[in-house]
Amino acid sequence: MDGIFLQQLVNGLTLGSVYGLIAIGYTMVYGIIGMINFAHGEVYMISAYLSAIGLALLAFFGLESFPLLIFGTLLFTVCVTGLYGWTIERIAYRPLRNSTRLAPLISAIGISLILQNYVQLSQGARQQGIPTLLDGAFRFPIGEGFLQISYTKVFILVAAFAGMAALTWVIHCTRLGRMCRATQQDRKMAQILGIDTDRVISWVFVIGAAMAALAGLLITLNYGTFDFYAGFVIGIKAFTAAVLGGIGSLPGAMLGGLILGVAEAQFSGMVNTDYKDVFSFSLLVLILIFRPQGLLGRPQVAKV
Amino acid sequence: MTMVRKGILAFAVSAALGLSSAAQADVLIGIAGPHTGPNAAFGEQYWRGASQAAADINATGGINGEPVKLIKGDDACEPKQAVAVANRLVDQDKVAAVIGHFCSSSTIPASEVYDEAGILAITPGSTNPQVTERGLTGMFRMCGRDDQQGQVAADFIVDTLKGKRVAVIHDKDTYGQGIADSARAQLSKRGIAAVLYEGLTRGEKDFNALVTKLRGANVDVVYFGGLHTEAGPLLRQMREQGLTAAFVSGDGVVTDELVTTAGGPQYVKGAFMTFGADPRKIPEGQALVEKLRAGGYEPEGYTLYAYASLQALAAAFNATGGTDAEKASQWLKSHPVATVMGTKEWDDKGDLKVSDYVIYEWDDQGKYHQR
Repeated sequence: MDGIFLQQLVNGLTLGSVYGLIAIGYTMVYGIIGMINFAHGEVYMISAYLSAIGLALLAFFGLESFPLLIFGTLLFTVCVTGLYGWTIERIAYRPLRNSTRLAPLISAIGISLILQNYVQLSQGARQQGIPTLLDGAFRFPIGEGFLQISYTKVFILVAAFAGMAALTWVIHCTRLGRMCRATQQDRKMAQILGIDTDRVISWVFVIGAAMAALAGLLITLNYGTFDFYAGFVIGIKAFTAAVLGGIGSLPGAMLGGLILGVAEAQFSGMVNTDYKDVFSFSLLVLILIFRPQGLLGRPQVAKV
Repeated sequence: MTMVRKGILAFAVSAALGLSSAAQADVLIGIAGPHTGPNAAFGEQYWRGASQAAADINATGGINGEPVKLIKGDDACEPKQAVAVANRLVDQDKVAAVIGHFCSSSTIPASEVYDEAGILAITPGSTNPQVTERGLTGMFRMCGRDDQQGQVAADFIVDTLKGKRVAVIHDKDTYGQGIADSARAQLSKRGIAAVLYEGLTRGEKDFNALVTKLRGANVDVVYFGGLHTEAGPLLRQMREQGLTAAFVSGDGVVTDELVTTAGGPQYVKGAFMTFGADPRKIPEGQALVEKLRAGGYEPEGYTLYAYASLQALAAAFNATGGTDAEKASQWLKSHPVATVMGTKEWDDKGDLKVSDYVIYEWDDQGKYHQR
């Protein structure tokens, strides 16, 4: 294929891997308590601010090497964003666990508005930004054109896939992961067998927030700009990705993110940009018509 | 009927808040625009300019002997919020006139509220032709129109940049698409058909797919109709993908924040935009510019436009001896007004008789200069 197609594939994969990271937060929370965390987009937005603060702090203390800077910032962002995730569960979900299904949904939307306005008031409504940290790009001549992949993009792809792999390992190979899976399968039974399900649910929110934190750092590195409203559009896209892949399924969220990203990029390239969101959502509708549980989701079986 | 009910409601509200006595003494002017939201930078420019104008007018006797008092109306550049703000300014605050709004998509619906209430409005920054094309008596603007702006941009692209393959991109907003359409129309008059015409989504940051498409279409000039919030990332991603095409935009990117959103001065370097001739260089405004700079504020963008708008309002109200929109509008359309941006005259629609769009270029320090 020609260079343009490959370039669009790279564009789509970078964007899609970030969608996937955020979608993990939606899918895990849904998997374990059967509800959508509507404040998740704002968690991502806060992580973008935190990563800029982290970078600025470390740079202030004289840290200059890129790997150390990124690693330190990631640690800082993941910890604080995780705390936000934990708090959201504590405030918006736990007190309402035994109420109607709608109540926590509304409280989560409330939290999302609170976070948006809180950041706007405390940080200002202006666009914030960080300077470019990784300059330069690989360039491969293809046919008449060329394929250009900036170092930042390579870093994003690697970091996103590493994050997903680490999460898969946690869910499949650790004690916490086993507890998560058990709680997801049958919360009551898991509780009877001695699993502290409340703690597991808290952990799921923290893990989801941590993945959003990674996404926030990567996006901030890539575009260098963010504002208090940054979580809205990307939150909806990531939610779409989670549903596309099969909400509740971890690999589904990652796959959904990648498919959505690539589909958007290729559609923009081949048809036009005006209707790319229309196309994404039509794709979602089509998949939900023919496979209501999403691509990798399992059909819901009523528990007896 | 609705007017009466609105009046009663407003009376009840203002009585309940104890505002009725305070509103008697002052001439209240609403400053409507994006005081919050992604475009709050422009709202701040409005506020700074108008506040200084109010202070200066009050120092010389106010309007008809009454002091001017400003009141903020925040629309965050959202049409729905703009209508709500307009209703609040009219019914509750009982403003005598409004300066605003900023985004054309806000100004157009809000101005109908002002017109119905018989209130004069001057927008310092809304450039969409529809703002003054609807036959409203009390709608004026302190800036040019998009069709004039598009003309200047198109001439620049054809004559100076010698652009052959031009792409026109917009943000699907009233302002952005309006100015992009006007540039496209003027380009085709000069014999250049846009090789690409597409809209991007406001609030998104990833325009890589679009940039790749621009590259595939081999464009040498990109015209963008929209605001700095999208222009910055677009510009950066163009340069990151190695697209060296010239970038031309309109007055929606006239703020130093373009550098922030683009991620550094190296990305905005060489970008062009159309904007009124730098108001800071007009002789009439020199004293004011010095005064604002001495106070630690650089009067960029629409600051002086907002100042001049309040001057025009004050002149019209003083000359007609009241705040009646009909009379003031008649007066403004038949008399020149001396402002910090020079002498201004309006035509029957409320547009400036002379527009002064020129081309600006961004340098590698992240500043813009008139070419």
